This record gives sequence, structure tokens and C-alpha cells, in this order.
Amino acid sequence: MSGKEVFYQGNEACAEGALYAGCRFFGGYPITPSTEVAELLSRRLPKVGGAFIQMEDEIAAMASIIGASLVGKKSLTATSGPGMSLKLENLGFACITEVPCVILNVMRGGPSTGLPTGPSQSDVMQAKWGTHGDHPAIVLTPASVQEIFNETVRAFNISERLRTPVILLTDEIIGHMREKIVIPEKGELEIWDRPRPDCPPEEYLPYDTSKGIVPPMADFGSGYRFHVTGLNHDASGFPTNKPSLVEPEEERLMAKVTENLDMIEKYEYFQKDGAKVGVMAFGSSARSAKAAIKQAQEEGIPVDLLRPVTLWPYPEGPTIEMAGRVDTIVVPEMNLGQMINEVQRCIEGRAKVVGVNRVDGDPITPENILQKIREVV
Amino acid sequence: MAFNYDQYMRPGKLPHIWCPGCAHGTVMKAIIRAIDRVGLEKDRTVIVSGIGCASRMPGYVDFNTLHTTHGRSLAFATGVKMADPSLNVICVAGDGDSLAIGGNHFIHACRRNIDITMIVFNNNIYGMTGGQFSPTTPHGRLASTTPYGNPDYAFDVAELSMGAGATYVSRGTVYHAVPLERQIADGITHNGFSVIDALCTCPTTYGRRNKLGSPIDMILWFKDNTVGIKAAQKLSPEEMEGKILTGVFRNDIKPEYCEEYQKIVEMAQGG
Repeated sequence: MSGKEVFYQGNEACAEGALYAGCRFFGGYPITPSTEVAELLSRRLPKVGGAFIQMEDEIAAMASIIGASLVGKKSLTATSGPGMSLKLENLGFACITEVPCVILNVMRGGPSTGLPTGPSQSDVMQAKWGTHGDHPAIVLTPASVQEIFNETVRAFNISERLRTPVILLTDEIIGHMREKIVIPEKGELEIWDRPRPDCPPEEYLPYDTSKGIVPPMADFGSGYRFHVTGLNHDASGFPTNKPSLVEPEEERLMAKVTENLDMIEKYEYFQKDGAKVGVMAFGSSARSAKAAIKQAQEEGIPVDLLRPVTLWPYPEGPTIEMAGRVDTIVVPEMNLGQMINEVQRCIEGRAKVVGVNRVDGDPITPENILQKIREVV
Repeated sequence: MAFNYDQYMRPGKLPHIWCPGCAHGTVMKAIIRAIDRVGLEKDRTVIVSGIGCASRMPGYVDFNTLHTTHGRSLAFATGVKMADPSLNVICVAGDGDSLAIGGNHFIHACRRNIDITMIVFNNNIYGMTGGQFSPTTPHGRLASTTPYGNPDYAFDVAELSMGAGATYVSRGTVYHAVPLERQIADGITHNGFSVIDALCTCPTTYGRRNKLGSPIDMILWFKDNTVGIKAAQKLSPEEMEGKILTGVFRNDIKPEYCEEYQKIVEMAQGG
């Protein structure tokens, strides 16, 4: 990749990635360890003619980015655990109204105020199931500063193309670590925009899916007047409670994700010949896992690694594939066991599954994982 | 000739969900006439609401309309306005929506002085959920959650708005529909955050429980129990006892939020 080499923090990479993707609105509320995103965008957005607003709370911040997106602006908010809890109400609104937007959650310990400066990976299930009701969840979990930049761009692209919110799930370690990264030249990464209508305004139906699963979306103020509601609605956008209309709409929201797995799913899978152990890890725990696997290799223990970059929808295929190769899957995560449940659900007993868990505010070290690998071999 | 409301209504979206005798339609009509009076373009106007009876109003009118989550209309509207300050943004909300769950957003929108017009459909009750007390239910009144009388004290919407920094603040009633229309029109043309406290009635879940008479009696009550701000100056404290003040309480000029932000944009771009 050609471009400008910089020494960036993970949170800065998210802000720069957002600008690269065309983000022109940020609504936020300060919370550690995500604040650098807001601070950087408060300086950078006005320079590119965008807008930054510090709202009165996280609920309002989430609402503001949906409002801005309805006017056609690509929008971002950034938060951490306690703030994410507040955003969930309006995250559901964005799901049902199909308004694209991106939400960064730099995870910290919890529940409640938890460990404001300690890393965590305990929002795994919240990211999937946090907002009430059945809804699609797209959650990306980058593991390096460069990947935060690239995945932020991808988050906007997916969000725009599928008209659904996308969550970027990082943690305090990669949010605050600094690494050399390359900012690609303009045009080097593809940028997608939401589908917009080309019919005459009087014919526009905001949720008409006759031409595809993702309906075209008009900007407020562009001459296409339409109604948006968080109530279940028909193709015209107006409320309905007809069972024959509600259920297909709910199913379509999910299908936008399940029918576009090629676009969304992304993972790294390293397989070592003769491996009897596999490790499944994401984010900063995957970094420790890589170091542990290298050391295990030196001790003559071959280990497979699966690192999902897309955590939701959960990478079922690759997990099942790994389970078919190894006897045991080790699942390190900075929580008391969340992702491990998904691993077990997918593989249906094809392999033994053991966790490596820490919630003391310290990272899972390579040694923690190596010890477990040695135990299970 | 009678005013033609049809030009602003969405065909096929009536009848509305409001109960017989509800005064929300009167406020809606005042809003439509005010929009017509100041000549807002339908394509360039966004009407935002939260949850509750009043919040269903945007569905009936032919603008860009946004029915959001409970209490959050001003937060959504702030994003809309910041994303395109040339749009006309109007919020409609009930007293519970705007002052209880939405209280934080309300005071901060006042403080920012962003050019949004907020019309509070103030009927002193949570109507849609069946008559629970709201932040404007008077002390001692009956509601479905205050069976022994309301222990809370009510907000004065106008005092609250002025305290929080809103630059246009007025109060009208559905009995005084023409002055209400004028206040809404003034609020729309005012460059800054405007609050219009529109006193209206809920005969079904509030009036009936508190034995306030027929829907008409409740509207006529405003005639006898409100005093215009100018008329009030001539009355003694005894004569003002129990009366509600109406009229324009504040109409100040103060820098508007989006215009202030535009200065930041120019500064950041080295202008």
C-alpha cells in the first residue's frame, strides 16, 4: 500500500479512517478510553467542512448521528462500555429505520462504571444482543492500529451499502497503543455510498424492496419527502401492525446481513500441520495468542489460530473447520466467557473447548495462553 | 375563504389516532397555518417528534418527518440541523416526552440556542400510556399513578426554558388558537431556539379522572383561567391568584449555534 506513513494511536486511526471513508458528522459524549476520537475529529471535521458536536449525553450523541445521516452525511460516534449501554436504545432505531451509521466501542471493564482505564472484551454479547428486539448485528474487531484504520473504512462501506449501523469493537489496549501505519492515498481504498433513489419523488417509497433487499435512501431536504418511524412500517414508511407485513420486514433486516456474508465476513486462519490445539481469539487477545503460538511452535507444539475480524455475524464456517482439525480449542478473552459460548454452539461437540479468562484489568499475556496450550496438549 | 389544510396533509393518513375531544388537532392546525404564514417550503422542512400522542402528528403532515424514540426528538433534530443548517427544523412533543425522559435534551437545546422550534403539546398527562402523571401535572391532581393525588410539583415550561437559555419563549392555549398560531410563526422565524408551550387538553385520561367536565368545558377553562402578559400588569396579585400567564415571555437576539459553528469552520479552514 502506498501512502503516508504515520505513527498513530488506535483511536486516532479510527478518526482518520472515518474521514477517509467520507465521514462528515461526529456526535459524541466524552468517555475514557475513547475520547481521542472526539478530540481529533473536533479539530479535523471543520477543516473538511464537516460538523462536530459534543452532545449532552450518549443517548443524544447516538440520536444526533442518525439525524445527520438522514440528511445524507456519513456519521460516527465513539464511546466505551457505559456509554454503549446508553446508545443501545437508538441503535435499535437505526436498525429498524435502516439508517447507516458507525459506532466505535472501545471496551473497558464493567459492569457499570467498571474499570475506566482498564481493557476488556466484555461487550461481545452486548454488541450482538444489546438493543431490544430481533435485529441484525455487524461487529468488526480490528487487532492493530493499521487494521483499525482499514476496518473503520470498511465499517462505513458496509453500513452505507446495507443501510444498517455497524459497530467497531476495540479495547483500551489497541485504542491507546501506537504503531506505524500507512494512510492510503485517496482512491486507493474503495469508498461506497448508500443507494439513492432515481425515481421521481412522487413515486418514491422509502422501504420499497422490489428492486433489491436494500431499499434506496433519499436525503431529507433533497425533494423526496418521506416518513421515518421506529414503529414497524410498510414500504411507504408509515406504521403498520399487519402480521403479513411485519414479519417479512423483520426477516429482511436479518437477511441483509445473512445474504451478504461475502461482503461482511473477514477472518485470519493460520493452520499448522499436525496441530491438535487451535486458538480462537480476537482483538488484543489475538495479539497475545500469536505470540503464544510462536512460542509453542518453538517448543514443538503446532497450534492453529482463528482470528475473526468480523465478530458478528459470528464466523461459523471457519470455527467448524478448525474444530474438525484439532482436539481442543482454546478461547482467550478478557471476560468471564462470552465468545466461548458461540464457539461451543457452532462446533456442537466436535472438539473440546477451554477458556483463558481475565477480568482484572490486565491483558491476557502470551504466557497465560501458552500455559493453557501446554495443559491441553 | 376557509384555510385549505389539505395542501399540507398526507392523503390517506386520516383519521388520526387522537381520542374524540382531544385538542391536539387544534395545535396541529395552528402549526400548519403558522408554516403557511411564514412560507416554509415542504421540501426544506423537517418535523421531528418523540413518543406519545403528540408525537404521532408528523405522520399526518406532508414534510420530511421523523418519529423517533421517547424523549429524543431534540437530539435527533440537532443532528439534522447541524448536518444541514439551511433546513427548517420543528419539533413536536408532549409534556412527558419533552420534560421528563427528554428533559436533559430540552435544557441543552435551550442552552445551545440552536435554530429549532419546539412546540410542547402540554396536556398535563401521559395520554398514550393511559393517564400517568407527567412533569406538568399539577400538584394534588389525580392520575393513574397518583391515585391519592400527585405528590410532585409541576414544571413551568416557560420558566424552565428561560432559565436554560432559550431565546424565544411563549405560551398559548387551544382556546386562543389564533395567537397560538402567531406565536408558532414567530418561533419559526426566530433565529435561535424557540419554545412554544401550547396548553391543550386530554379529556379522556386527565379531564375525566379529575372531573373537569366535557372537552368543551376543558377548553373554555383556558378562557377564564389564563391572562395575557400585558393584561396581567394591570391586575393585583389577588386577581392573578391561580391564573396562568400567556403570551410571549422572551424574544431575544443571541448568536445562533449553527452560525457560531460556521465561524469555527471558517477559522479551522484558515479563513
